Amino acid sequence: MSDNFNIEIISPEKKLLTDKVSSATIPSFEGEMTILSNHIPLITFLRPGILKINGSKEIQYFLEEGTVEFSNNNLTILSSTIIEISALSSEKISKMIEDGKNQLNQENLNDKTRYVVSHKIDCLSRINL
Amino acid sequence: MVAAAKLRKAQEMAEKGRPYSNKMDMIIQNLSNAINDPSNAPKLLVGTGEDKSHLCVVMTADRGLCGGFNTNIVKLAKNYFNKILKESKNLKIITVGTKGLDQLKRDYGKYIIKKINFKDKKKLSFQDAESIGNEIVKLFKNKEFDKCVIFFNKFKNVMTQVPQTQQVIPAKKNEKPKEEQHSSYEFEPEEDEILEDLLPKNISTQIYKGFLENSASEQGSRMTAMDNATRNAGDLVEKLTINYNRSRQAAITKELIEIISGAESL
Repeated sequence: MSDNFNIEIISPEKKLLTDKVSSATIPSFEGEMTILSNHIPLITFLRPGILKINGSKEIQYFLEEGTVEFSNNNLTILSSTIIEISALSSEKISKMIEDGKNQLNQENLNDKTRYVVSHKIDCLSRINL
Repeated sequence: MVAAAKLRKAQEMAEKGRPYSNKMDMIIQNLSNAINDPSNAPKLLVGTGEDKSHLCVVMTADRGLCGGFNTNIVKLAKNYFNKILKESKNLKIITVGTKGLDQLKRDYGKYIIKKINFKDKKKLSFQDAESIGNEIVKLFKNKEFDKCVIFFNKFKNVMTQVPQTQQVIPAKKNEKPKEEQHSSYEFEPEEDEILEDLLPKNISTQIYKGFLENSASEQGSRMTAMDNATRNAGDLVEKLTINYNRSRQAAITKELIEIISGAESL
């Protein structure tokens, strides 16, 4: 199939996934974007959000940050905080939301972290298992 | 053998961790090629433009009995320290792991600004590396140093571990002859903004890589050291047994001679 491209998801501990996929939706820092094959070369970084992959099966991941590179139909996603959504439980999610809220209550947060954390909370509360 | 099992685990971890740091390197390479105006680039990439004080991160093990593992790193680090001190530059040291600290604190105690160890942790996670990375970035932002170098052992195979230095700040540029620009990237947001986000992460990644290589090396080195010790003990036992048997026989012969010569003289 010519309209598939390679995807690699790598965390510092291991390679999470190598697959051929038809599309991937990434939570890029300036907004969600979907990548199809033959996208122009791209480097961007991520904000908290959900990564959707449309390959041999559909997989969703939650991640807090990461870096993405796309070139020559190879998509590389580097993230140290990535977890498959099916591995999350509602307790875990509510704990993460709680943590985020505590973090927001701290003073001396700069605008960027505030934005990122509140986005994380939004995103987490929208996940329904 | 316990060491062999531990080694296999550590080795696996080190190998699994390599793709991440390699990719990270590649992306940074691509980014730094895209930056045309070095004066505007983030300081973490190009440095402060000065070379006055150096921060050295020496990574060693928390436990001994692993052959020359710790000594090799410390030796390399000491050479480097002496070079810096000779050029009368400022030296600052962060030690990771207690064994290195023990060996360094006599001669270089006054330069050590921070001691980190993970003695009570079984497995090092990326978060641990990140905390050190953040510490380093914070020090850099406070203009505490101009250059940062890390020392660790690279795992080559079970028998060989190569102590290494690696400069992490400023991120070293590979001076490659400019090939034709194979891909001009689209950046979102701007290059320098991505770099701003990526460089601190890269430092943590490098440190994490150091951790993994180090722990594999430590286990390998310990295994070889212990294997040698076992063999040596075996040799010793053999020699001592022969010695014992010989003297036992000598004593018996002597007694026999005494008895026989006693009987003959009657």
